[in-house]
Amino acid sequence: MYAFEFERPSTLADAVAALSDGEAQPLSGGQTLIPTLKQRLASPGKLVSLTGISELQGIRVDGGNLSIGAATPHAQVAAQDHYPVLAHLAANIGDPAVRNRGTIGGSLANNDPSACYPAAALGSGATIVTNKREIAADDYFTGMFDTALDEGEIITEVRFPVPQRAAYAKFEQPASRFALVGAFVAQYADGVRVAVTGASNEGVFRWTEAEKALLANFSADAVSGLTLDGAGMIADVHGSGDYRAHLVGVMTRRAVAAAG
Amino acid sequence: MPKVSMTVNGKPASGEVEGRTLLVEFIRENLGLTGTHVGCDTSQCGACVVHVDGRAVKSCTMLAAEADGAQVSTIEGMAAADGTLNPIQQAFQDHHGLQCGFCTPGMVMSAAALLAENPRPSEAEVRDYLEGNICRCTGYHNIVKAIMAASGQDVGQIAAE
Repeated sequence: MYAFEFERPSTLADAVAALSDGEAQPLSGGQTLIPTLKQRLASPGKLVSLTGISELQGIRVDGGNLSIGAATPHAQVAAQDHYPVLAHLAANIGDPAVRNRGTIGGSLANNDPSACYPAAALGSGATIVTNKREIAADDYFTGMFDTALDEGEIITEVRFPVPQRAAYAKFEQPASRFALVGAFVAQYADGVRVAVTGASNEGVFRWTEAEKALLANFSADAVSGLTLDGAGMIADVHGSGDYRAHLVGVMTRRAVAAAG
Repeated sequence: MPKVSMTVNGKPASGEVEGRTLLVEFIRENLGLTGTHVGCDTSQCGACVVHVDGRAVKSCTMLAAEADGAQVSTIEGMAAADGTLNPIQQAFQDHHGLQCGFCTPGMVMSAAALLAENPRPSEAEVRDYLEGNICRCTGYHNIVKAIMAASGQDVGQIAAE
């Protein structure tokens, strides 16, 4: 790791001030950022830790929404029972020690194209709340490792509308435990959402064709004839674009079947 | 340089560290507690697992400055002051849960975290919880058996594989 300055503010206002320095980068659980720093793939002049800020911690139920503080670790999300599918998703990220450090805000700010939380946020139509504004998930994910966040903008909480029924089906890459392909399916009173992670070169995306088919008939059969083009899919040593495109259909059907 | 203060195995510990100093470096190099191992240094293997405020973490993937004010437990804190092994350590000895021993500190610390939240885990739950702890000697069978035994369960039914 290159050397950097380190600050650990205890309030959001102090964190925002510390990040106004253009060399500064926020640090949440660090389960991606610290390995990245070790590989010298990033060299921030200063890291501003977000883990000492009580305003960013905790889970609360607010009407039909589940609001999760951005610095809440995966293990705590896994332990809540207001949104069981989200708990199940969080319980299968990484391993137990990673889940004790990694945070939902960190995952969404990083927007890894194979991460699980982006699928949950987009598939639930969540709202990403920052120190400045509220961003709908549909406007938030802007490409691989890219989001609508401005420089120095901090996610403060993520608000999930709890669906009538939902499921997440993840085909796990066994070494990294990231999703080779993951499909998140959720049914709400006003529609069905299908979000896919791990597959596209553009990062997480909504499979609108499947959403339309499921709105008419919420069953695995309704999406069995649908196919996606492998040309825009991630192709690497673990699988070709066509393989991933095929898996999207398989995992979506599994998620629909699991949602019941 | 940031000054950090924490409690390690019940005793106060402090020092000046660089921002980039990892918790495992502080534990091993500043405090001389070399029972916590660095295996892969890439968050995969779990040899560096310690408890921070009661939760298992990979100390190679946490900055020392992030543990300021925390309660940290390492493998050195597991046995009693008179050297009597913790029941998990004793079970590892009784069931031959180690060969070279490199992964063992992390295995024991992960096992302690598991049993604290789930006192009587099934074999599948033990294996699932050890997902982030890698042993390269001998496989996991006797490690799982030791953890099941430490939880007070009969391990006679677990077949040797």
